[in-house]
Amino acid sequence: MNEIHHTRRYHQPVSPFWWLRRRSYLIFALRELSAIFIAWFVVFLLVLVSAVGAGEDRYRQFLTTAANPGIELLNVISFFFILLHAITWFHLTPQAIALRVRSRRIARIWIVASLYMCWGALSWAAAWIIMS
Amino acid sequence: MTKKTSEPFMWLLFSVGGMLAALLIPILLLLLGVLIPLGWIPPPDYSNVLAALQHPLIRVLLLGFCVLTLFHTAHRLRFILCDGLQMTHRSLAITKICYGGGTVGSLLAGYILLRV
Repeated sequence: MNEIHHTRRYHQPVSPFWWLRRRSYLIFALRELSAIFIAWFVVFLLVLVSAVGAGEDRYRQFLTTAANPGIELLNVISFFFILLHAITWFHLTPQAIALRVRSRRIARIWIVASLYMCWGALSWAAAWIIMS
Repeated sequence: MTKKTSEPFMWLLFSVGGMLAALLIPILLLLLGVLIPLGWIPPPDYSNVLAALQHPLIRVLLLGFCVLTLFHTAHRLRFILCDGLQMTHRSLAITKICYGGGTVGSLLAGYILLRV
């Protein structure tokens, strides 16, 4: 029997909720969602910039609005999502970049440690600028 | 012949934006979004904030920060929708909407920063 086989690529159907199946998948999904909270921070920052441009009264008004429990809660949730982004990002960086010194590859731990040190230094500098 | 795509460039924006977000947003959000509004830390003086935001270098740095972090979000959102929620068949439309949103947000950021 001569049969013509039409070769079609087979795609195994995957549920849209595949990320609920395992804890590691869920953490991955939560990390991906951090992007939305990053955009929220940019919006928050631009509203602040816009309020500063509109005068001192609007700046005070912005600070009062930001103290609203709903916005506070959103900011606290965003903080934890972005913290998850930061920590996973630092630990993944050595997989994305291979730094070499005299053709020898720098150990992962040094890349991660230097990122944490940069993080600490930048956070300290930012806090110092804002609070002084 | 290999086809030229903008994929590597979008991954570059994603990476730089992700690094900036990881290094800077936690402290900025903690101070500006949580502790200062709660009154635990006194808010910065208005005249100092205004003077800082009117400095051209600060404006350029803030614009760069906004553009890169927005494109980071756009890129990640694209893969959340395409792969995460299994909408691969709509990938072209999703890509256009995500990067289009990033572009509109960047232009808006530029406009807001110029007006201060």
